This record gives sequence, C-alpha cells and structure tokens, in this order.
Amino acid sequence: MTSIPASVVRSPSARLGRALAHGDVPYRLITVAASIVLILLVVSFGLMLWITSAPTRTQFGLQSLISSDWNPSGEIFGSLPFVVGTLLTSLVGLAIALPFSLSIAIFLVELCPPRLRGPVGTMVELLAAIPSVVYGLWGLFAFIPAVVKPLGDFLLKLLGTPTNFIYLPFLSGPFFGTSIFASGVILAIMVVPSITAITRDVLLAVPAAQREASFALGATHSETISKVILPYGMSGILGAIILGLGRALGETMAVTMTVGNVSELPTSLLNPGYTMSSVIANEWGEARSLLHSSALLEIGLMLFATSLLLNVLARLLVWSVSRKNPDQRG
Amino acid sequence: MVTQAVRTTSQERVKLKSTSAQGRRAAINSITLGLTWIATFAAIIPLVWVIGDVISRGLPYMSAEFFTSTFKPLTLGGGGVLHAIVGSAELVGIASLISIPIAILAAIYVSEHRNTTFGLVIRFSTDVMSGLPSIVVGLFVYTFLVSGQGYSAFAGSVALAIMMIPIVLRTTEEMLMLVPRALREGSLGLGATEWKTMILIVLPAAVSGIITGILLAIARVSGEAAPLLLTAQGSNVLSTSLSQPIAALPLTMYKYAIDPSPIRNGQAWAIALVIVVFVLILNLSARALTRNRVKGL
Repeated sequence: MTSIPASVVRSPSARLGRALAHGDVPYRLITVAASIVLILLVVSFGLMLWITSAPTRTQFGLQSLISSDWNPSGEIFGSLPFVVGTLLTSLVGLAIALPFSLSIAIFLVELCPPRLRGPVGTMVELLAAIPSVVYGLWGLFAFIPAVVKPLGDFLLKLLGTPTNFIYLPFLSGPFFGTSIFASGVILAIMVVPSITAITRDVLLAVPAAQREASFALGATHSETISKVILPYGMSGILGAIILGLGRALGETMAVTMTVGNVSELPTSLLNPGYTMSSVIANEWGEARSLLHSSALLEIGLMLFATSLLLNVLARLLVWSVSRKNPDQRG
Repeated sequence: MVTQAVRTTSQERVKLKSTSAQGRRAAINSITLGLTWIATFAAIIPLVWVIGDVISRGLPYMSAEFFTSTFKPLTLGGGGVLHAIVGSAELVGIASLISIPIAILAAIYVSEHRNTTFGLVIRFSTDVMSGLPSIVVGLFVYTFLVSGQGYSAFAGSVALAIMMIPIVLRTTEEMLMLVPRALREGSLGLGATEWKTMILIVLPAAVSGIITGILLAIARVSGEAAPLLLTAQGSNVLSTSLSQPIAALPLTMYKYAIDPSPIRNGQAWAIALVIVVFVLILNLSARALTRNRVKGL
C-alpha cells in the first residue's frame, strides 16, 4: 500500500482518473458544452433561414428584393414595400430619438445633480422595460389620437398640400393616423434608452484630462461638450446609433399595431406602410403555400443578416472608444 | 482632432474678447445646457403617460372574474384571462429552466477564458443573440419545432429561452468578473478543486448579481408576443400540455387590442396593466438587489 509507484500516478490514464474523481474534467466539459450550444444556435439560425428560404430565392432571385408587387394569392412575392417601410420607420425613429438620447446622456454624465442621477437614469431605462405590445396598444388607442393625428394633420395642411407655397411630397396624404410617421415616433420612444445607455458609457470613458484642459483654456461647458467630449466619443456614439438602428429594424409588435399594414410602396411618411417584421407576424399564420412561407423566411433571413451586420459594426465602434482609455471615470 | 478643437476654442476666445461676445457665449452655454434638462424630462413623459393610461384604462376592467375565469364569448360577459396567466407562467417557467443553466455554465466558461479565441467567439455569439429581432427567433423555432408537429407550449418556451440566454449570460459574466481574484486563489490555494471553488466560493459571492440577471430576463420575455405568435400560437382554453398551443398574456392582449369590440379593448388594457406591473416590479427589485454592487446597471 505504501508503495504506489510514482510512474502509475504520472501515467495519463491515472491522471485522467484522478481529475475525474476531482470533478474538474467534467466541470470543464459541461461549461464548454454549454458554450458550444450557444455558438451552434447562432450558426443554425443563419443556416436554417438560408435553407428554408431557398424556394423563393430560386424562383425569384433578386427580383423579390426589387419588386414591390406582393400578392400571396397570386404567388408573387416582391418584398420591396416591407424593406422600404422598415427603413423609413427606423430612420424616422432614429432621427427623433437621437437628439433626445444625446441630451439625456450628456445630462446624466455632465450636468445631473448626483441626487437625481439614479432616479432619472432608472426612469429612462424603464422606458425599455415596457413591452413592445404595450407600446402598440398605447400608440393605437392613446398616442396616435392625441398626438400623432393632430400633428400629422397640421403637417399635412402646412407642408403636404400641393397647392401650398411650400410643398414637401414626403409629407403628403392620405393620412389616417396609423402611418410610418406614427410607428417612427413610437420606435423613437423605444430606442431612446438603448442609445442613451451606450452613449452614457462612452461619455464616461472620456478622460477627465480632456475636459479639464478645455475648461482651463476658458471654454464654456457647452463648448467643452460640443468641441471636446462629443468628438472624442464620436465613434462610440456612432456605435450606439447603429445599435439603436438594429433594435428599431427588428421591432415587431408596436410597429405592427401602428404602421397601418398596407403592402404598397409608401410615397410619404404620413402614408400607412408595412414593415418586414410586421408582415411576418401578420401573414405567417395564414401562409398556406410553400412559396409564401419561404418568402416570409427570406424576409426573416434579411432581418437576421442585417442585425448581425449592424451588431458587429456597432460593437467594433464602441470597443474602439473604450479601448482608448481602459480606466473609466465614474 | 481633439487638440484642433481646443485650439479653435482658444482662438475664438481671443477673437471674442469684447464683453458682448462673452455674454453671447455665456448665453449659448445656458441655453444648450437648459435644453438637455428639458430633453431629459421630455423623454420621461412617455413613461409616465403609458403607465398612467394603462392604470386608468385597465383598472375598470379588472375584477375577481378577470383573474379567476377563462375565455368566454362577449355575450357571456367576455370572461377572464386565467388561461393566459397560467400559460404565461408555464412558458416563462420552462424557458427559465432551459435557459438559466446554459447561460450560467457558459458565463462561467467565458469569465475564465475571456481573451481566448473561443471565449471571444462565445461573447460575440451572445451579442448577436441579444440583438436578434424577436420575430426572427420565432421563425427559427418554428422551422425546428413547429413545422410538422404543430404549435406547442414547448416551442414557445424554447423561443423565450433563446431570448433569455444572452441576458442571463451577460449579467452573470459581469458579476463573476467582479468577484475578487484573491477569493478564488485563496480557495484554490487551500486545495479545493476548480469546480468546488466555483460552486462554493465564486458563485455564492456573485449570487445577487446573477439573480438580477435572471429577473431582468424574465421581465423581458414576459411581455414578448412576437416569437410566441409563431410558436405557442395562443388559445382560448386553459391548457398546461406542453404539446398543445397555449395562451399567453401578451398574445391574448394583442388579440384583444385589435378586436373591434370596445370590451375586448378594455380587457387588453387590463392585461397591459398586469404585464406592466409585473415587469416594473421585477425591474425595480433587480435594481435594488445590485444597487450597492454595480453602478448604472
């Protein structure tokens, strides 16, 4: 018993046995397995959508992207109205959200009295906690009648009537309330928290020396913010915007309930439209033919590819700022 | 770029020496800073408005029957949403059972191998997953679990689980990174194995943060309707079977919201109230749990 030869202990099988007894090998294997599940999921997402959307791709090719004729009963699937609708709603949302998000981030980092910082930050983040479908309900029954409809009517009368002195075709009618504009405004509310959160982190990563140097040269606070702090964090803020865009592009329920769901190419922001995610949500249950569901899957594939691309881009941009200054303030 | 910006500022300062210019700069300063105050409080208005509306329009439709009975036709008063409450609880519960172990185990791996290639690939996959549009998650699960077999509660749970994993993983990873190295090394130095160190020392030290992540993930998926539309489908009957379509609060709410009947619309507001209260409680308690540990989570 006392003479267990050292060679036995060192032999690979014995070492394996000992490691198994310790439990470290199974422990590592389990954690690796869980990680592999994750990677497999992401890879199979892309593969599955690619494979299942094959019928439409072979039948229509690129035609399905540039045609605006979407007619499920006639087996014709041109998804341009949805792509355009998605882009327009998201861009309107982003354009509205951006000044607010930047202001809130600047406010939280630069101006907010410490006592208010917690509550204000929490309230902005709670905007993201409200579910999409609740925003849809609120938009449909409260926000559109109270704000969007009067505002849209006003814009239509002021700028969207051809007989007026100033006529902007992208604000022309018909306008019913549910519209690309309405969805855009609601998307803006929904993406403000995510753009704000990242912008705030980016601003916190600006070294204090930059700020102090600017003050020392006699710049006012607003000059310091616009000429020193924002330029320093520009690429990170760009990343935040792109991430916000990704969020807006994929948003489903709130948009489905407020955009109007008309599958024609919109000519004005006040027109009803349709988005990629809404058409999937609305038509999936009724898609009887293989070609119809494969056309919807192709739209899903486009959404997946876009969100993947935007995510990579955004992470790289945000990462480039935080790498400049590893020890963050705050 | 930055030095250039600073130089412009100082040049301007030399140019604008007169007191009126100084006054103008000061005025611009106060206006700009004032605008950020206004923008911040303007952004909070929708939150207050949504919550106020949900309470004032939903409360009148809440009754004992609303919580204790299932779907009834409008001619019989419309019934309640018990079936949807049970369905939501089942969907979210099973989604948690699937996602939490995977997320925590993967987070353990990532926190120990942050900068290896494999670690980076996992972190990237997590980012991709958290950015996926929820409707795409629904499509994906449909192609795997629904086509051929039909809509089911199980498929719905898997869809929600896929949405929970990145949230739990990210928070757990961050919390594990916050556990002091000395604690880990002390345990290993005393002869504990790696897994004992993890389970008995590191995880307990990070447990409040991990629970925060779980609460946030549950809050996030409790209001999700889009992926369930393509997987659990929704139903009007009380069911707990994993292989049958199942109701869920957000699905029922969506259906009632686009219903022409004002009574159904009112019930949709009441369901919205249930969801919002639940989600806000989860969010606020998640924050309270980690308030002293990490700022700005």
